[in-house]
Amino acid sequence: MIFQSFLIKYAEIGTKGKNRYLFEDALIKQIRNALKKAEGTFTISKEFGRIYVQAHGRYDYDDAVEALKRVFGIAWICPVLQVEDKDYNNLRQTVVDYLARVYPDRHFTFKVDSRRADKSYPLTSEQMNRDLGEVILKAYPETRVDVHKPEVRLRVEVRKGINIYSLMIPGPGGMPVGTNGKAMLLLSGGIDSPVAGYMIAKRGVKIDAVYFHAPPYTSDRARQKVVDLAGLVARYSGPVPLHIVNFTEIQLYIYEQCPHEELTIIMRRYMMKIAEAIAVKNDALALITGESIGQVASQTVHSLAATNEVCTMPVFRPLIGFDKQEIIDISQKIGTYETSIQPYEDCCTIFVAKHPVIKPDIKRIYNSEKKLAGRIEEMVEKALETAEVVWCE
Amino acid sequence: MEVYFDNAATTRVLDGVRDIVIKTMTEDYANPAAKHKKGMAAEQYIRQARSRIAGTLKAEEKEILFTSGGSEANNMALIGTALANQRRGRHIISTAVEHPSVYNPLAYLEEQGFEVTFLPVDRDGHISMADLKQAIRPETILLSVMYVNNEVGAVEPVEAISRLAKTENPGIIFHVDAIQAYGKYQIRPRKQGIDLLSASGHKFHGPKGVGFLYIGRGIKIKPLVYGGGQQWNLRAGTENVPGVAGLGAAALEMYTDLEQKVSHLTTLKDYMTDRLEKIEGTTVNSRRGLESAPQIISASFAGVPGEVLLHALAERGIYASSGSACSSHHPGVSSTLKGIGLIPPLLNQTLRFSFGLFNTKEEIDYCIGALKEVLPVLRRYQRG
Repeated sequence: MIFQSFLIKYAEIGTKGKNRYLFEDALIKQIRNALKKAEGTFTISKEFGRIYVQAHGRYDYDDAVEALKRVFGIAWICPVLQVEDKDYNNLRQTVVDYLARVYPDRHFTFKVDSRRADKSYPLTSEQMNRDLGEVILKAYPETRVDVHKPEVRLRVEVRKGINIYSLMIPGPGGMPVGTNGKAMLLLSGGIDSPVAGYMIAKRGVKIDAVYFHAPPYTSDRARQKVVDLAGLVARYSGPVPLHIVNFTEIQLYIYEQCPHEELTIIMRRYMMKIAEAIAVKNDALALITGESIGQVASQTVHSLAATNEVCTMPVFRPLIGFDKQEIIDISQKIGTYETSIQPYEDCCTIFVAKHPVIKPDIKRIYNSEKKLAGRIEEMVEKALETAEVVWCE
Repeated sequence: MEVYFDNAATTRVLDGVRDIVIKTMTEDYANPAAKHKKGMAAEQYIRQARSRIAGTLKAEEKEILFTSGGSEANNMALIGTALANQRRGRHIISTAVEHPSVYNPLAYLEEQGFEVTFLPVDRDGHISMADLKQAIRPETILLSVMYVNNEVGAVEPVEAISRLAKTENPGIIFHVDAIQAYGKYQIRPRKQGIDLLSASGHKFHGPKGVGFLYIGRGIKIKPLVYGGGQQWNLRAGTENVPGVAGLGAAALEMYTDLEQKVSHLTTLKDYMTDRLEKIEGTTVNSRRGLESAPQIISASFAGVPGEVLLHALAERGIYASSGSACSSHHPGVSSTLKGIGLIPPLLNQTLRFSFGLFNTKEEIDYCIGALKEVLPVLRRYQRG
């Protein structure tokens, strides 16, 4: 592998004015964390508003690129050949060698794009473009110059040393996690909630997650599945603390006291309340759900309004306008789909009424919930106290 | 208290089995085909296991082929004989309640152009002799019937089945999936008219990943695994010495004082059946006595999803098995339970308790106590 370094180009964070260093530092932290999983030793440095990843000795190139492709905030990953020797004659040979290594078939159109940060360099960038272009044409007569739409745009940057690069691997975009506070994701075992977590993390938000476990109605395998999903989200968002709440007692009590067709709505209202309480305790400023309008009875606009009403915190629903297939496409892209479709029941599917309400009347819900008052508070308190945290990464 | 009532799924190995497995892994670990002395020492374990197992079946050593377990034994018995005998005919008979390791190789053979007739079973899980007689044709080459049904424990009258089949068509090769039966019954393949018989080590306190196929002398069969010519060119691959040694040790132990061991299991089964029948809303699907296996009880609990009950018992350290998932998304119900005539809601409200040598009456008392405690609670919350 001729590349020992990567130039990391970032998109939106370039525009953040005086807060820029905060964003860059967060990005460096996330890159460092992501590269822990790649084989090799890496250092990350910031120079003149640019981030470089430097590999020391042997490393796994594919591992490193895969890890970087999951770091939000990165627009492009550019494998760079860095040469310290700035002698121009040597540079000509280096450029020829570089192209032979990176484009062995030698049939391509190209353009040389030089830049000179070091203004004391003997050649101007214009001179370099022309001269290096000729050198390449002479070495590889099969190639052609195309200044408008070149297949290979060869960048040569003269700085402290010289950087040569032409490959640009797209990053995931977004903003580095940690630059936008923290939110609490309601994670079930389904397809939607991991995608919702991914999308909010992409905007730089740190993710905590909460899962409602209802033994013996839901199995330990269902719980393991959620832990696995949180781990998959964590590949993008960084480590996710998963709060596991035992919901059985509350669920059964609602089942006993309230009309069955309102069961799901009331249950979801309590889930939101508990999630919010855990969010407050953990300094999260918002909730995240995977809801999408009309997908199921509990996600009609009426139902969403009824569940939303218990929270004072903002609830982010990044999938609200997505069709199921669009959500599935993302889940396949981010690698959570196969885990999501494992057939274990979560607590939302276990006590579903045959005909749940799709237009819940909030006054009636209040009335039903009155029957819970007196005992339910204690149950919620107990659920919060006994919640268990599993770190998923 | 931990109560393991899932012995039809797998069993804990016997101490003697563990010891011989460790010894063959750490001391006598040479390749049994190696020409040196250490290789011969390893080979001795294979010979000893083969002789022990042959002894339990009153069979010849050359009739015992070691496999990676029950599934491979069943695959080889079906695919291996179908391929080797297809010139005589391409019709196979089996039953509607076979294990997937029989059912799926048969489905594969159907794809290859074989025709398979599946015989239905009655309420006790038995096939009817009249159905069998009617199904047999001149081009029938293979009949495969399980000895003991893994879900309810029904025992098929293999000897009578063989007699009938071979009277109708002497060319029929008779395979018996004895995976739940070996170690519980005195099986005499030659006397009972069995040509092929599959068994699996971990169902009778042996190791996982090892089993055997009895192949009666003169039965034509093709290998599934080709390679270095081990086991008379029938199953290539360096023999799994620790597994085979453990398998032999478990077989020897099970068949030493077999009656006493079976009577221990039968006592447990009767004891638990008596107590289950007294619990309201509970039906025991398994028969008592000789027509049902001594280690298996299938019971239905009206109004309680099997999987939920399974988890509730597991919370109390009791491990049983639910035949099929209770999930509405996965209506894959058991063909055995359907076959014995269980009505739809009960199909998903059924658990299997299965015993092994290590179980005790105290464990049953504990389990019955737990059932009495959780069933009424679970019945209060029903779906829909």
